[in-house]
Amino acid sequence: MGVSPMSSTGVGPVAKKKKLPETRARRPCHEMGSIMLSDEVKKEIDAEARHYPQRRAVVAEALKAVQARRGWVDDESLRDVADYLGLSFDEVDSIATFYNLIFRQPVGRHVILICDSVSCYLTGYEKLLDHLKKKLGIALGQTTADGRFTLLPNACLGLCEQAPAMMIDNETYGHLTAARIDEILGKHE
Amino acid sequence: MLTIYIHNEPYRVKAGINLLEACLSLGFNVPYFCWHPAIKSVGACRQCAVKVFKGPEDTRGTLLMSCVVPVADGMRISIDDPEAVHFRARVIEWLMLNHPHDCPVCDEGGECHLQDMTVMTGHVQRRTRFPKRTHVNQDLGPFVAHEMNRCIQCYRCQRFYCDYAGGRDFGVFGWHDGVYFGRAQSGTLQSEFAGNLVEVCPTGVFTDKSLAQHYTRKWDLTTGPSICVHCGLGCNTIPGARYGQLRRVYSRFNSQVNGYFLCDRGRYGYEFVNSDRRILQPRLRQEDGSLAPVAKAQALAFVGQALQRGKAIGIGSPRASLETNFALRKLVGAEHYFQGESAQKSAISEAILDCLQRGPTPTVSLHEVETCDAVLLLGEDVLNTAPMLGLAIRQASRNQPLEEVARLNVPFWLDLVARLITQDQIGPIFIAATGATRLDGLARQIYRAAPDDLARIGLAIAHLVDPTAPEVSRLPDDAFSFAHPVAEVLKAAKRPLIVSGPSLGSVELIHAAANAAWALTRAGKDARLCYAAESCNSLGAAMLGGGDLTAALELLRSGQADTVLIVENDLRRHMPENDFEELLSLARCVIAVDHLEQATTQRAHCVLPAATFAEAEGTLINNEGRAQRFYKVLPPPAAVQESWRWMGELWVASGRGEASPWPNFDAIVAALASEFAIFKDVPALAPPASFRQVGQKIGRQPHRYSGRTAETADQTVFEPPPPEDADSALAFSMEGTPLEPPSALIPRYWAPGWNSLAALNKFQIEVGGPLHDGDPGQRLIAPKPYPQSPYFKDFVSPFARRPQQFLVVPHHHIYGSEPLSAASAPVASLCPKPYIALNGADAAAAGIAGADQEVVLSLAGASLRLSVILDSTLAASLAAVPAGIAPFEGLDLPAWGTIAAAPAGGQRGGGGS
Ligand code: SF4
Ligand code: SF4
Ligand code: FES
Ligand code: FES
Repeated sequence: MGVSPMSSTGVGPVAKKKKLPETRARRPCHEMGSIMLSDEVKKEIDAEARHYPQRRAVVAEALKAVQARRGWVDDESLRDVADYLGLSFDEVDSIATFYNLIFRQPVGRHVILICDSVSCYLTGYEKLLDHLKKKLGIALGQTTADGRFTLLPNACLGLCEQAPAMMIDNETYGHLTAARIDEILGKHE
Repeated sequence: MLTIYIHNEPYRVKAGINLLEACLSLGFNVPYFCWHPAIKSVGACRQCAVKVFKGPEDTRGTLLMSCVVPVADGMRISIDDPEAVHFRARVIEWLMLNHPHDCPVCDEGGECHLQDMTVMTGHVQRRTRFPKRTHVNQDLGPFVAHEMNRCIQCYRCQRFYCDYAGGRDFGVFGWHDGVYFGRAQSGTLQSEFAGNLVEVCPTGVFTDKSLAQHYTRKWDLTTGPSICVHCGLGCNTIPGARYGQLRRVYSRFNSQVNGYFLCDRGRYGYEFVNSDRRILQPRLRQEDGSLAPVAKAQALAFVGQALQRGKAIGIGSPRASLETNFALRKLVGAEHYFQGESAQKSAISEAILDCLQRGPTPTVSLHEVETCDAVLLLGEDVLNTAPMLGLAIRQASRNQPLEEVARLNVPFWLDLVARLITQDQIGPIFIAATGATRLDGLARQIYRAAPDDLARIGLAIAHLVDPTAPEVSRLPDDAFSFAHPVAEVLKAAKRPLIVSGPSLGSVELIHAAANAAWALTRAGKDARLCYAAESCNSLGAAMLGGGDLTAALELLRSGQADTVLIVENDLRRHMPENDFEELLSLARCVIAVDHLEQATTQRAHCVLPAATFAEAEGTLINNEGRAQRFYKVLPPPAAVQESWRWMGELWVASGRGEASPWPNFDAIVAALASEFAIFKDVPALAPPASFRQVGQKIGRQPHRYSGRTAETADQTVFEPPPPEDADSALAFSMEGTPLEPPSALIPRYWAPGWNSLAALNKFQIEVGGPLHDGDPGQRLIAPKPYPQSPYFKDFVSPFARRPQQFLVVPHHHIYGSEPLSAASAPVASLCPKPYIALNGADAAAAGIAGADQEVVLSLAGASLRLSVILDSTLAASLAAVPAGIAPFEGLDLPAWGTIAAAPAGGQRGGGGS
């Protein structure tokens, strides 16, 4: 189960349970070596929880803590979070799937968020996207076969004055051109 | 009352409501989606926009969502304002962007709120050119079908399922136009109320899976007002039939009883009517021992003679109507009439009836339960025995937190805001039970103990509230530390409620609940007392009186009886196997009248086919003593008729008279009322069969009913006249009154432009309020202000464990413990297998290795081979078994038993030895 991080058409989140393209076929969780919540993660969740009267309030933070270590949130970790916070699987998954940056499917080592919002759209987003797709051989919502990159669209990165823009992992890049993209990608192993 | 101006005309409206409710109550058509009269306002869909003007001079006005704006005195609004009209048309166009063009293949079609609203807003041309988003649907179990592409994102389903009904296996997933309503993973919806999604969803996302098995459009359904027969609460229903088959059950609004909803046992239990086990012909035992179908005359002659020659007794049933039980009682004579329950069960029904009448505390309707602000549940797992009572208690749990909402001047119907303010707060609910119950998540404190100790808790609370109530000696510390705060909280509440019921088989528990409630009343509280009832007419049967089955067996043993006429009852469910066998062997002649083949009909000498609730008129008394009438929705199959009618014919066949004393339904109701003072108002529950509106009966079929001329075209080209109905003012026809029928006779909700069940708005005095001429049904009993202390002085000694023994207690299951619904295929698929539950410590002490181990339970002379379930919530020294599920039917529980590891081999799942 799970929701793909983004739709393959790029117009919005993909329907729940839509089959992913073969290249992204999911491996069952147990093969991914799911972990129980570590003490470290629990400590992080508890620290966050102290700020709120309800434990429910820290679901997003808890999921981020899991994702920071695993790169994405698998079903078993999600169930662990639910149990730890006294919530049901469905309640936590509702929140997990609401945020486009909580990944419910495995992603590559680097996640490219290409901005498809107004400023970037006007300054050449479509061409850059084509270039990225060709260069990586994947569509939006997919991961390269070598597990290096996942390509996702994102609404405004707050970098309009440098449009077109994208973000890889925690770095943003503006004034993009095809050549600059090639150069940036080259720096990510 | 306030005055508001709509299109510059003044209208009087109730203060404190919202504009949408006001407009709808006044009869205006304002389109809406996310608002629901029970689930209230959230302002999510933007469909209900109206113009609100600052004053007479303001000509521009402001567009506001009417469902979130409270009415104010002097408010001026316009529904028809061009800008508002335009806005609403654009909103629906936008909601419809992704909606498929699939009305012809959609099960909602013809009764779809989205269709109605689309027509109402005039959105008739679709302009969208884009690919529509599509979803993958889920398998949600046997009750509810899922087609997510039709969703318009109103959030009603989630708000009902999670917020209103407390379900936790449902949610909203994703975001943007991919937002998805369902479960995280495919699987059976766990809520007892999941079926309501079918009615709550304004589109065809959630539809009735059982209806889909034999689908019919609403306009082709023959419907009528009916009552649920699957527990004692008497929820009002509208069953629908086509071609002689029952096709579905929908809720029928009753502001006092079930409001807008039903539980899934009640909604999906109906398929027993269509079951292969239906008895459709009289059957007579042949010389070769077989039961063979015979002509009605032959069966009547046989039974007539048997009654004449033999010393006959009649055994009635808590699931048969008052009329049927009464007719049987008349036929065999009061002294030979028995109510058809075990001594234990009938003592409990009588105790309940007694407690509701001899003490000062009034009982409650389900609606009144929702107004209580502190609840003590004593021994009853209501979500399994009387599910809608659990839903009402859940609403009651919001009353104390909602006080804060009121203090902040936020209207309670502003649901999202109210829930943000109240967060996880829950009003005081206390649960004392033998083990976990499905309401435990609401409980402030839980006490788990054996039935006797639960009764002692009730008695102790009574004494803590009112020191003149009898004291309980030797109360252990843990019991006291539960009872004391409960007593304090109940005393501090405005309207405390005590809930108990028959499911643990303890009269003491019934008495203890009464003591607690009476103590609160004596302490000046506006307290209430509520008992669940096991069968749809348990209280009616108790009101009619008659001995229990032990007394019946005694009569047979003593030779004073040798012929037994059993009506709508499977005695095997009410007596242990040995007694059942003894009764059959003592009786020279056994006659059974019922709908379905069951243990008793299989052993009878003659079987007469009885009409089900869907094919008969009758009156049932629910758990609060409310008399309610149900009507046929389809004519009984050829050889089938109402049990009371069989009794009338047996009257003649046994030489009691020339003609049946009850030629029609009104006659038997009149006879019942003249003989029993308590039933004197029963005839007035609904208009008689002679009632006409503008000279016409009330049509059970919509005026758009199709195919009547074709229904029998394979046999004849002549259209047959519709079946006559001499028993009611309803007709099996599309012809009928054009007016709104009296509330007891409303066969369906429909109004011009309102094909969905939201047409109900047009039948109510105000939305969410009673039907125009009042809700049907009437409570027949009242509390009695008592001059002195009415208290029971029951002395219940503390539960004493017995070495190497377990007290076997019955645990009820919403699906399985009630026999009629268990014969309905979708319900049957959810019934548990037989089991024995023990807590881990007890199991270990008894040398049981763990779950799934096979054990032999020796109980009441029988040895039952069962598989073990470990239940850490079960009180010590108890073993729980599923009530009413083979091999436990007919056993009077609690009872002591022993458990031993099963020898290898042998058969699982019981079977006597
Ligand atoms: S599934 Fe139905 S009730 Fe739920 S949001 Fe969609 S349209 Fe509304
Ligand atoms: S609560 Fe009882 S009466 Fe109401 S629908 Fe359910 S089974 Fe029927
Ligand atoms: S629109 Fe691309 S960064 Fe703002
Ligand atoms: S009904 Fe008012 S916004 Fe949905």
